[in-house]
Amino acid sequence: MDKNVDYSEYAVVMRGITKRFPGVLANDRVDLFVKKSEIHAIVGENGAGKTTLMNQLYGLIRPDDGKIYINGVEKIIKDPNDAIAAKIGMVHQHFMLVDRLSVVENIVLGQEPVRGPFFALNRARKEIKDLSRKFGLTVDPDSIIEDMPVGMQQRVEIIKVLYRGAEILVLDEPTAVLTPQETNELFEILRSLKSQGKTIIFITHKLNEVMAITESVTVMRLGRVTGVVKTSQTSPRELANMMVGREVLLTVEKNSAHPGDEILQVKDLIVKENRGIKAVKGLSLTVRSGEIVGIAGVAGNGQTELTEAITGLRKVESGKIIFKKEDITNFSPKKRREMGMGHIPEDRLKHGLIKTFPIYYNFILGEHDDPKFSDGVFLKIKDIRKFSEDLVKKFDVRPPKIDLLGMNLSGGNQQKVIVAREIAFDPVLMIVSQPTRGLDVGAIEFIHKTLISMRDKGIGILLISMELEEIFSLSDRILTIYEGQIMGEVRPEKTTTEAVGLMMAGHKLEDLHQEA
Amino acid sequence: MNEWIQAIFNVFTNPTFYKSTLTQSTPLILAALGGVFSETTGVTNIALEGIMLMGAFGGVMGSYFTGNPWYGLVLGTFFGVAMAALHAWASIKYGADQIISGTALILLAQGITGFALVELFGQPGSTDLVRSIPLVDLGAFKQIPFVGDIFGNLSPFVYIAFASVAFGWILIYKTKLGLRMRSVGNNPEAADTLGVNVYNVRYFGVIMSGFFAALGGAYLSIGELGQFTTNMTNGRGFIALAAMIIGNWNPVGAMSASLLFGSATAFNNQLQSQSVLNLSTNTQYIFGMIPYIITLIVVGGLIGKSRSPSADGVPYIKE
Ligand SMILES: Nc1ncnc2c1ncn2[C@@H]1O[C@H](COP(=O)(O)OP(=O)(O)OP(=O)(O)O)[C@@H](O)[C@H]1O
Ligand SMILES: [Mg+2]
Repeated sequence: MDKNVDYSEYAVVMRGITKRFPGVLANDRVDLFVKKSEIHAIVGENGAGKTTLMNQLYGLIRPDDGKIYINGVEKIIKDPNDAIAAKIGMVHQHFMLVDRLSVVENIVLGQEPVRGPFFALNRARKEIKDLSRKFGLTVDPDSIIEDMPVGMQQRVEIIKVLYRGAEILVLDEPTAVLTPQETNELFEILRSLKSQGKTIIFITHKLNEVMAITESVTVMRLGRVTGVVKTSQTSPRELANMMVGREVLLTVEKNSAHPGDEILQVKDLIVKENRGIKAVKGLSLTVRSGEIVGIAGVAGNGQTELTEAITGLRKVESGKIIFKKEDITNFSPKKRREMGMGHIPEDRLKHGLIKTFPIYYNFILGEHDDPKFSDGVFLKIKDIRKFSEDLVKKFDVRPPKIDLLGMNLSGGNQQKVIVAREIAFDPVLMIVSQPTRGLDVGAIEFIHKTLISMRDKGIGILLISMELEEIFSLSDRILTIYEGQIMGEVRPEKTTTEAVGLMMAGHKLEDLHQEA
Repeated sequence: MNEWIQAIFNVFTNPTFYKSTLTQSTPLILAALGGVFSETTGVTNIALEGIMLMGAFGGVMGSYFTGNPWYGLVLGTFFGVAMAALHAWASIKYGADQIISGTALILLAQGITGFALVELFGQPGSTDLVRSIPLVDLGAFKQIPFVGDIFGNLSPFVYIAFASVAFGWILIYKTKLGLRMRSVGNNPEAADTLGVNVYNVRYFGVIMSGFFAALGGAYLSIGELGQFTTNMTNGRGFIALAAMIIGNWNPVGAMSASLLFGSATAFNNQLQSQSVLNLSTNTQYIFGMIPYIITLIVVGGLIGKSRSPSADGVPYIKE
């Protein structure tokens, strides 16, 4: 039927794409039109089918139905090799890098330059340097991936794609793990790519990013396209409504807190990171019941080590952690959990979920020996399933199928599973790290509301987030962390993002007052 | 006490100890290298022991029927490759549990060799003597004291083992195939998104492991002895696995660890034969444990320092 239609002004056209997974219609007759050298956003709720759509463009999965046209020509993309040949490159939501290998090795993998029987590393290095220079993407070609910060790893992913000569770049939630600084750098890179004629498909949950960098937007919801608009003719509010199908509050509503006793005290804590360097350097803080204490800071300033030390996942060098008036510095994670400490970890795939377990097992992790779920020998599967059915409904996990494996959930829904589990066991203290990373606006609204209502029920919450906005809208007190130390404590209503921003860059609160 | 010091001194000053270290290490080096090949691509191969056994048996069988030990070598490595192909087929194509598949192969090898031994040679225990692969005679070089005694008359397998290590190291670290092997062993998904065929690379790794482990096995039978005896690998496949781990999945590391184990065995054999000690046969069993105790201690001490490929033993299943 499309025989006579001319798609040549489009870099990518996807027509009527349908993809069904067992029990889920992930893409339902999706149409996508992306003009040449534009930056096109795809937005939509968690599980809307954005990643699935892009995986089909990149040949990682095959559509059940539908057609793909690249620069006006129909293409059948069976595997990533076909996509690479069609000059399509993809930076995946979860990075696809080989941790142990160096930057060069990762970049050239699959298209290695050779000299005789050998791999020509030097030529590869030079090609990468040229690419770096051309697009303003500086990286050290010989660093090992696992030693690099995520922002840098992402550059490697982008160079990897460019090295293959990609003209069409798909970036699946590239900013979810970046600091605001790194995001700005990424945007510079994207603008430079665009000015050199590349077409970019950009998936994000952050509507201000859509407004800042894209030209047009496709909105998806429950596997379908619900709107296509020019960025200049829309607003974040309108996009949010199209995504979620209802009005969304983009700001948090809360009353003032009524904090009770001190429930968590951290005293002069020193913790080392993996390479043996001190990451937390004599840090002290307290959290009272019924308040949210936010920790603001640029990634990599000791937040990870701090939360791991509090939750018992990392050894403490010196200092004390006191929880419910008891010194728990050397308690096992299990013991801490039994005492009522909940944890929403920053790396959900590593510490939050077991990918190969169904949802209902993931819901009882850590509580598996609770008499509710086990009689001491056997698991009470029926009760567990019933409990899970309730949680899935209450937290709107999509699709609401408790037999689905953790890895088959969309990123946002994985997060919902973790949050649901941690809240369900009635903690008195929650250590919450990046709770809304990768979540859609609707889910963020939900999680924020949940955290506030937990606070109002008298639970103490320590919130670690790179999102300054989130810290400001949820916290009752804000502590700013820099190089493993607290630079100062402020109240959100009595300070500005600029002041906190300065502390995040290493200025002490007292210094700020003096300068003022 | 004094006689012990004397005995140990005797061992270390005798070239036989060094030669024996080389010959004891040779099968370990080859099998450990095989392990490195397989596991670098992300497939654990505990079947080395079984593959070696098949290599040893095939070696004798080929030599027996053709009268040419080199054909024996060909048959032995063919058997090894076939075993490895089975392991690859089960664990790569069907995502079978690699430990189970490996264990099954070990038992299979013991069964086949035990059965064929009786069928072909008419007796359990051991085969007839067959021609073994001739040693490399270095001629005048042999006259040099000490060094000549060590290197003058070695089996070609010894040279093959060291050359294989060099070959393996270059292949894994300096060629594009090697890069693909390492990537597939650490993050098959990432390799797949770049168009690398994960399955083919893994097949290659596993089959190479069969080839090298079988070479190591063949050395035991047609390298010097010219005979196959029941279960003649005697746990060497497992020691080779340990050497691979201690060597941090690196061909050169695996070779060094194999040399360590080889020297322990050589030392132990030489020490027992020192007449000053007057050992009873019973204590020989205690001595026989030395290499294994060293394994335990070294493995224990190195835990956490050596890291296996991240996707080692994890089947890769697409969609
Ligand atoms: N391999 C799979 N098997 C079964 N269901 C799957 C599989 N992959 C994805 N799904 C389902 O398909 C739907 C779409 O998922 P997809 O990952 O495309 O969402 P998304 O829009 O990228 O969400 P997010 O913003 O959270 O990343 C989800 O309901 C998800 O659970
Ligand atoms: Mg996604």
